[in-house]
Amino acid sequence: MLVLVEQSLNGLQFGLLLFLLAAGLTLVFGIMDFVNLAHGSLYMMGAYFAATFVAWTNSFVLGILLALGATLLLGIALEFIALRHLYGRDHLDQVLATFGLILFFNDAVRLIWGPAGLSLPLPAWLTVPVQIVPGVFYPAYRLSIIVVALAVAALLYIVVMRTRIGMLIRAGASNREMIGALGINIKLLFTLVFGLGAALAGLAGLMQAPILTVQIGMGENILILAFVIIVIGGIGSIRGAFMAAIFVGMIDTLGRAFLPDLLRTVLSSAAASTAAPALSSMLIYLLMAIVLVVRPEGLFPAAKR
Amino acid sequence: MKSYINARNVIVALVALGLTLLPAYSALTGNIFILTLFTRIVIFALAAASLNLIMGYGGMMSFGHAAYLGIGGYAVGVLAHEGIGSGFIQWPVALALSALYALVIGALSLRTRGVYFIMITLAFAQMAYYIASGLSRYGGDDGLTIYKRSTFGGLIDLSNRVQFYYLCLACLFGGVYLIWRIVNSRFGMVVQGVRSNEQRMQAIGFHANRYRLVCFVISGTICGLAGALLANNTDFISPAGMYWTRSGELMVMVVFGGMGSLFGPVLGTIVFLLLEEVLSQFTEYWALIMGPLLLLIVLFARGGIMGLLGRLSRG
Repeated sequence: MLVLVEQSLNGLQFGLLLFLLAAGLTLVFGIMDFVNLAHGSLYMMGAYFAATFVAWTNSFVLGILLALGATLLLGIALEFIALRHLYGRDHLDQVLATFGLILFFNDAVRLIWGPAGLSLPLPAWLTVPVQIVPGVFYPAYRLSIIVVALAVAALLYIVVMRTRIGMLIRAGASNREMIGALGINIKLLFTLVFGLGAALAGLAGLMQAPILTVQIGMGENILILAFVIIVIGGIGSIRGAFMAAIFVGMIDTLGRAFLPDLLRTVLSSAAASTAAPALSSMLIYLLMAIVLVVRPEGLFPAAKR
Repeated sequence: MKSYINARNVIVALVALGLTLLPAYSALTGNIFILTLFTRIVIFALAAASLNLIMGYGGMMSFGHAAYLGIGGYAVGVLAHEGIGSGFIQWPVALALSALYALVIGALSLRTRGVYFIMITLAFAQMAYYIASGLSRYGGDDGLTIYKRSTFGGLIDLSNRVQFYYLCLACLFGGVYLIWRIVNSRFGMVVQGVRSNEQRMQAIGFHANRYRLVCFVISGTICGLAGALLANNTDFISPAGMYWTRSGELMVMVVFGGMGSLFGPVLGTIVFLLLEEVLSQFTEYWALIMGPLLLLIVLFARGGIMGLLGRLSRG
């Protein structure tokens, strides 16, 4: 029972992290109709920036804030230099161009930081276990990820649904030409949205960094998960991305935690321990395949254009 | 009458001739490296040509083509590991498994269009990748060494570099010829018609998805053959060979050369892999140049090398 609570929290935490990544992706996709494979590279850069700035400033919070700003600027620069020329192009062109960017970022990181991974040590106040309900302890850092991610999700909701800029974003998603014709600087809006998406990806990366090592290619697997999420949730839909992210995070974590034991009841112990990791990795893709076959437009499709 | 002597056809003929004479050059100069490099290039060219069949002619942007390389390779590797060394068994199994996989994922994926299709083929390829990682009997993540290449009852010796090269080249030329015949057949016309206007083809009475699916399976089967060749070439199989970046590279090769042109993917593969080779000799960080180059090609050189040559031919 205790394990179940803990693993569910882990699943929630992973799902929220995935949401941060998927939210940027789905915003960019929904509004600019742009497939950005390099989103995972921004996630990686967020983690590398955080590891570097925390080491420089000797302050966890300051380093993380600097890293967040740096990822935001990097995203804006990337959009300004390269990606804005790809709007309105074929999806295949976008996939290929951003695939090129992945290659570039991976080698750039290898050149600057070296091939070995970095680690981002946590300050002491984040490593203590917190008692959430009597008898159940949970690491403070993972708990703080949940809190921060939920806060960001709420903030995002308020910005998109309740502010003028959010109104423009939603208008842009439903009819780009029209809001351009109404005198809105659509280019600036796109750049801002892209920067926001980059910052969200960077935030996800730097929050994940202390749990896993910071390494080259860390953004690639999780990027595909984020794509799976926006496809399950319905491309362009933030609500869909949120639901699907939690769902996928739970399945992935709980699958990894409990599948081995579950399989052991039907298979031999050796066979189960080898089949379980592969099976739990596959579960998500299986889910996506089922969703696409049953509802090709995703579970919570954004309003039709 | 249309003249067949133009820049594009001359280059294609020269490349084909060059590929055929390469072993002679290698023997004369004693440069074995170039032969191994081009064996790899020829195999990937076959894979790229098969991807071009569905991408260029069928309009199906598969982001999971590396899976077939893996399936073809694993069929050879696993059978060799189990003591079945005959290519007469290994290779048909490789082709059959690739075709079966293509049939299943094609039937599911073809229900979707556009970017969803890109994503679902990617997802299935990742599933195949994880299945391969889970095969602990066959090395799991670390992969499996193939100690003995496929045997063909003394007909051909795959361990002989020149013979193996010519086998790969024959497969490539055979594959390209097959694709040429398919594209110009009634079947190929329907597939291309579906690409440009699905509704109209449906209205005429063609079952669009059935044609698409058959095309998808043919493409996957040819790529499975490339996988069997690749496993024999590297004497090694591992899940890493079917990772999604490999699928991306195959797409890049097709687009480099020119999507929807018969010989384009072959040129694209040659240019891509040679560029990778040259850049990696020049610097360890070759992707620093390759990545932005890719971006520039997408931005400014639509139609790839073949498109460029075509424009040159027209003057």
